[in-house]
Amino acid sequence: MASIFKMNVLNNIESIRKEFPILNTTVNGNKLIYLDNAATSQTPNCVIDSISNYYKNLNSNIHRGVHTLSQLATEKYEDTRKKFKTHFNAKSSSEIIFTAGTTHSINLVSSGFNEFLSKEDEIIVSQLEHHSNIVPWQMLCEKTGAKMKVIPMNSNGELDLIAFSNLLSSKTKIVFVNHVSNALGTVNNIKEIIDKSHSVGAAVLIDGAQAVPHFRVDVTELDVDFYVCSAHKFCGPTGVGILYGKKEWLDKLPAYQGGGEMIDEVTFEKTTYSDLPNKFEAGTPNIAGVIASGVALDYINEIGLENIKEYEDYLLQYATEKLLEIDGLKIFGESINKTSVISFNIKDIHPYDIGSLIDNLGIAVRTGHHCAQPIMDFFKIPGTIRVSFCFYNTTDEIDTLVNALKKASTMLS
Amino acid sequence: MKIKDIQDQIVEEFDIFDSWMDKYEYLIELGKSVPVIDDSNKIEENIIKGCQSKVWLHAEKNNGLIEFYADSDAIITKGIISLLIRTFSNQKPEDIINASLDFIDKIGLRQHLSPNRANGLNNMIKKIKFYAIAFSKTN
Repeated sequence: MASIFKMNVLNNIESIRKEFPILNTTVNGNKLIYLDNAATSQTPNCVIDSISNYYKNLNSNIHRGVHTLSQLATEKYEDTRKKFKTHFNAKSSSEIIFTAGTTHSINLVSSGFNEFLSKEDEIIVSQLEHHSNIVPWQMLCEKTGAKMKVIPMNSNGELDLIAFSNLLSSKTKIVFVNHVSNALGTVNNIKEIIDKSHSVGAAVLIDGAQAVPHFRVDVTELDVDFYVCSAHKFCGPTGVGILYGKKEWLDKLPAYQGGGEMIDEVTFEKTTYSDLPNKFEAGTPNIAGVIASGVALDYINEIGLENIKEYEDYLLQYATEKLLEIDGLKIFGESINKTSVISFNIKDIHPYDIGSLIDNLGIAVRTGHHCAQPIMDFFKIPGTIRVSFCFYNTTDEIDTLVNALKKASTMLS
Repeated sequence: MKIKDIQDQIVEEFDIFDSWMDKYEYLIELGKSVPVIDDSNKIEENIIKGCQSKVWLHAEKNNGLIEFYADSDAIITKGIISLLIRTFSNQKPEDIINASLDFIDKIGLRQHLSPNRANGLNNMIKKIKFYAIAFSKTN
């Protein structure tokens, strides 16, 4: 790690924080200390302004209009698609589909696999998944009779990839795993998972919602079949997801939603469908949101993902050391390869109690199972307190958190 | 004592605390010290699921009055439960059915009953009312 004096984000932290108006809010009479970034990140002025500007100056339905506003809006929308194609190093912009979010993207793909699965087939999930990357596939198994197998985790919060190799077979049709665990911060070795899956002819979907905000993802280098993420996790607006799919897979998958935009010709006798990407973008999309998501992407690239990673690693190390000074605190998820997420409990105190008390001090953390009940079942706990940092958090905020936790722990012991 | 009077009493008790910290300390004490549900009644049928904390609720009718027993695995939830038990236990079914619950708001702990909290408390209060309705139809 670079000396803190050379850390780009740290040297600019005050000017970065000024870009986020919500960081000046008070909550329960205290300045907001927002440590729930894995749930959603905050929004910089440029993204807020983009949405406002769209509705003030640009609002128009896209793709079909002949008038100027429509063409301008269409250009901005399609330019955003190109931005994400470049960012992820996809081969073509038509491999980038805009959806309503990661959950929507996963449902789109899993629903498509209805055509390809039968009761002889198997699909593989991991024990570390968010419910959005479990439930759609369970529904798929219920419809098709396919079997779901589970890659086990270990007590460090990592996946057992030897066990994974033993689960793979010629029956495996698709493997779906998160790049980064939302509950624990573990960064999974997805390249190995992708390569091994491909060796048996299985496709791979990677849930990148918790990865994209923190480091560069190259879908061509990974050779991944589907990669999904949500804009609101990387300072973009809610309601926008980005689904990357290899052209050969997106061509094979049937359309998910029917309607306008995704059609070529419609008669009551027969309807033909559009090419990619429109085939999967039925109806009027969240135009303002998509354009603003591109602005968010530009913003984090301007800061630089390497700089963001460097600073967040620093916050993670600082916070881990300080938290471990608290009597009875136990961290869950101790992989050496983590993003800036720390899940923990203090003695036998219920996480809900701690979260409620520190909320009164303006500190926003997440408590509970984090939509990852299998992980909580593994550790035999009702939930954890989760702090998740972004590049606008500071060590002062971490110090305030630690003092608040100590106070809460004393009150509740 | 009538439900309304009990609630007024609770509000008076909490009024003496100025800071949220003192209110929570009192609530935590209530949560720790009040005996609630018997272990034999901590069964699956009596669980009220919340996303965050579990609540167990058991009810019996004696001499025309309903007795409630409850518990939670979170102390703050348990503290609020102790106040709910104090309010609703040993009351007639029709008094419970007709009662409005306003002390939580008045003591400044409304956020714990917000549907967003999913801590089982909202569902517990619903279930108290359902028990009252069910028991009102029995002898």
